[in-house]
Amino acid sequence: MAETAHRAPLSDVQLRVKALESLLIEKGAVNKDALDAIIDHYENKVGPHIGASVVAKAWTDPDFKARLMENASTALAELGYSGIEGSHMVVVENTDRIHNLVVCTLCSCYPWPVLGLPPNWYKSTPYRAKAVRDPRGLLKEFGLELAEDTEVRVWDSNAEIRYLVLPKRPDGTENMSEEQLQELVTRDSMVGAGLVSLQQ
Amino acid sequence: MNGIHDIGGMDNIGPVSIEKDEPVFHDDWERRVYAMTLATMGAGIFVTDEVRYMTETIPPADYLTFKYYEKWLYSLEQLMLQKQVVTREELDSGVVSAPELAAGMEAAPVERMQYGMANRIPAFVDADIPPKFKAGDVIIARNTNPLHHTRIPRYIRGRRGVVEMDHGIFLLPDTNAHGGPDKPQHVYNVRFTARELWGEEAPEKDCVYIDLFDDYMDLAE
Repeated sequence: MAETAHRAPLSDVQLRVKALESLLIEKGAVNKDALDAIIDHYENKVGPHIGASVVAKAWTDPDFKARLMENASTALAELGYSGIEGSHMVVVENTDRIHNLVVCTLCSCYPWPVLGLPPNWYKSTPYRAKAVRDPRGLLKEFGLELAEDTEVRVWDSNAEIRYLVLPKRPDGTENMSEEQLQELVTRDSMVGAGLVSLQQ
Repeated sequence: MNGIHDIGGMDNIGPVSIEKDEPVFHDDWERRVYAMTLATMGAGIFVTDEVRYMTETIPPADYLTFKYYEKWLYSLEQLMLQKQVVTREELDSGVVSAPELAAGMEAAPVERMQYGMANRIPAFVDADIPPKFKAGDVIIARNTNPLHHTRIPRYIRGRRGVVEMDHGIFLLPDTNAHGGPDKPQHVYNVRFTARELWGEEAPEKDCVYIDLFDDYMDLAE
């Protein structure tokens, strides 16, 4: 962190952000400790590991899975996973014949409490443009080629409801523990942009 | 508004760029913009629909080239001007010269933000409004082209879909983004086949599910 001596001049954007932050703090519109708490929460606390634990639990606990599919908002809140951009949740399940993919064509809506903040590709215009129009072509860009007879369901999260994909549990994992399964579950698989596999 | 943001279904936007082991934020200023946006919303200065609309007003060429959090910065600056929290002169100088603006404003305390980030706060509207549609209904998404904020994308307008489920009652974004009046109504998940949206060349079984308010659709005859 001792790089102050060689720091490059601040960019226009950096200057605008510094100006805005000092104005908002001085005027009492924001609280600096609250800003730090927000950053800490989204950078260090929530993330795909939470969604992965939910998926592993759903794979190993049929009663929980039933509650999750019936009312994901309350089933997730029961585990302590809720909050901004995740108070209204629906979980959609991938099976042998159905593949779900989540997008927000109009902006960047994403289930923050279970997946953290979205990666750049999810927020990018190429992804948003293509997901509804040519999901199969889009998934090829992620290295995923779906069988012709698979039904592709694209979920455009344009209102306050957020969607989480319950990926298909891979074959050969019958003897794995919930903790071991959790390690296999990737962020992309919970958006539908990937599959869970034993080869990570 | 039929803006650049309504990009679902557009071709030739380019390949998806996937960054391996991507960090949550790429630069410190991104962290600050993100947190300031949540905190000012937490203080009740504006609502999500307003910031979405502001982002939609970014000129198209900028919209396509701005970094993601540059869009947030643009929208936050514009909202702070619009809500008279800061002046243009203050944004340019970074020095408070209009302290009377935002006088009496109360910042969202840490505890409120921590509660909101980790607890379920449903956005349901508690109102006795009967649903206009039910699961199984065949509907046609309205051909509507308002200049204000809306959450019915172009690619489904005029298309026929089937209601799958009723999510409950929420505030219509079209007025909520513009200071009201509140229009609470049901939101439904609606299924459109890929062939209905993109023609007979689309794969037979594929479909798009999207959430639509009462005002966004009519029963098909």
